[in-house]
Amino acid sequence: MAVTDAPKIVTARMGHDDSHTIERYLATGGYEGLRQALTMTPEAVAAEVDAASLLGRGGAGFPAGRKWSMLRKNPVTYLVINGDESEPATFKDHMLIERDPHQILEGVLISAYALQVTQAFVYVRGEFALGLERLQSALNEAYAHGAVGADIFGSGFSVDVVVHPGAGAYICGEETALLESLEGKRGFPRIKPPYFPAAIGLYGEPTVVNNVETMANIPWIITNGGAAFAALGAGRSTGTRLFALAGHVRKPGNYELEMVKTTFRDLIYAPVLGGGIRGSNTLKAFIPGGVSAPWFGPDQVDLPLGQDEVGEAGSMLGSGSVVVMDSATCMVRAAWRITKFFARESCGQCTPCREGSGWLERIMYRIEHGDGREEDLDLLMDLCDNISPGVAWPPQQTTICVLGPSIPSSIASGIRMFRDEFLVHVKEGGCPYD
Amino acid sequence: MSHLNADIRARATELVALYPEPRSALIPLCHLAQEQDGWLRPEAVTEIAELCGVTAAEVQGTATFYDMLHIEPVGTYAVAVCTNIACLLGGALELLEHAESTLGVRAGGTTPDGVFTLHEAECLADCDRTPCVQVNHRFVGPQTPESFDALLEDLRAGRLADTVPPHGTLVRVRRSTGLQADRDQIASERAAMADAQTARTAASGGEAKG
Repeated sequence: MAVTDAPKIVTARMGHDDSHTIERYLATGGYEGLRQALTMTPEAVAAEVDAASLLGRGGAGFPAGRKWSMLRKNPVTYLVINGDESEPATFKDHMLIERDPHQILEGVLISAYALQVTQAFVYVRGEFALGLERLQSALNEAYAHGAVGADIFGSGFSVDVVVHPGAGAYICGEETALLESLEGKRGFPRIKPPYFPAAIGLYGEPTVVNNVETMANIPWIITNGGAAFAALGAGRSTGTRLFALAGHVRKPGNYELEMVKTTFRDLIYAPVLGGGIRGSNTLKAFIPGGVSAPWFGPDQVDLPLGQDEVGEAGSMLGSGSVVVMDSATCMVRAAWRITKFFARESCGQCTPCREGSGWLERIMYRIEHGDGREEDLDLLMDLCDNISPGVAWPPQQTTICVLGPSIPSSIASGIRMFRDEFLVHVKEGGCPYD
Repeated sequence: MSHLNADIRARATELVALYPEPRSALIPLCHLAQEQDGWLRPEAVTEIAELCGVTAAEVQGTATFYDMLHIEPVGTYAVAVCTNIACLLGGALELLEHAESTLGVRAGGTTPDGVFTLHEAECLADCDRTPCVQVNHRFVGPQTPESFDALLEDLRAGRLADTVPPHGTLVRVRRSTGLQADRDQIASERAAMADAQTARTAASGGEAKG
């Protein structure tokens, strides 16, 4: 098993019970990256992040450095951090916020300096009550330490950070919906173009929106250099990445792994990682990047954990969540539950998503509960085709945001990979796994 | 006459000052009102609207979009059982069924004594400890049917009061300071933002709002 000896970039402190305190943070090199950045020009800091080729860790995988460089000269710019982690079975940002909040704040402060913004907002998912308290405590400590506020560390640079709670809505993880929410509105995604945040963001001003894990990488990149980060991984997927492993493995959890150099097989089976499938069962299928991603079967388990590699194989690394389903799993039930999620969380702006998700959920429900019809399989695929023409990957879009085209993934995967299992539900008038 | 008490009102005013526009404080203020009342009373909605410079209808419109904001009373303990994919694979549907029969309410319902409201939750991002359960947004999982019954007993007896505050209390850590960056710089940024908004509104024929 090839688990590389790459350094732990974002999980270095996880072994300590007090990893969330400023005492532990300072004792383990905390805020050194910020001190170093403040001796550099903002352009040099941005260049270092660009050299790291750090891909955004939120789900879309857009290069963070390029996002920064898209900002035009403007008297006002905002930095907004997306900590609204809600993609099902993704729990890495939750850990980073609760267990190492200072690391996120240091990344925010370095980024704020590079972008020369006066105010940054960290939008944290409302359900993370402990995380919100830990992050607010850390921010209070950082203010007292002189790392944030006026003239930070005597550098002449001033910046304020605000921890902002969400209130429970999956769609607010979509960056323009997040900005609407941060303006006190319903979380309706904005139409792009023209509302790309870098051009027209918070209150219409240019805004950089970066993910929590992306921020957590920044201090290490400044301390060790962008080149050292880029030397890890391969191709476009540089550095390490957190993989949230869930489902039927012996040891679910968050694992920080070098990108591309490690495979899904390593993640699922290595004794120091997932430890293999629970009990005496075997692998039936896995979801490689959050429930928006098409499923993979056992024959794809040797794919490397790289953004382009997974993309070329017809799915995505997405949010970094890997869900393992064993041989005792009902794939109809799994796909039904995922569809029910999308139906609940559709914001309701676009007809294909709002209506389609509900129709799909009701059809999936009746198949799973014994009232399905053979023609339902074609009907499901036809509905999927109405939401995302061609039901291909990467998906076509008929909606304002990507929630819509994410809906067909689980149903299409289920029918294409496990058609017989769907038909058994129909023919036997119920779920064979009940 | 203020509906929000003096402490909550003071904290609300502090929060409003942190943002480029007061309306950004709308959701944090809804959380504060829920800390006082357990849910969003109409009087609180009106007061939040005043503090944020929007209409009560806008506050109501925003609040009804979000799962954590309640315009009807909620039990002292909001118990959320996640049944999304990772928890489903970990036996969450069975746990939810057990919770419904133990509490005698379906998901979404509140027990007649007003102590528990049961929710079927979407993924709560604690997927290596399934099935995941939160009480008042504090993680208390993973749970089995047996441990779930013990959990209810502990909550009823007040044995978890330190870790699980009453419903509505979200963040018990108060921000220690207001904005510290140069006041003139903040003021000039906010003025520039307002000018840009005015210009955009004029350019679009006055149709677009803010």
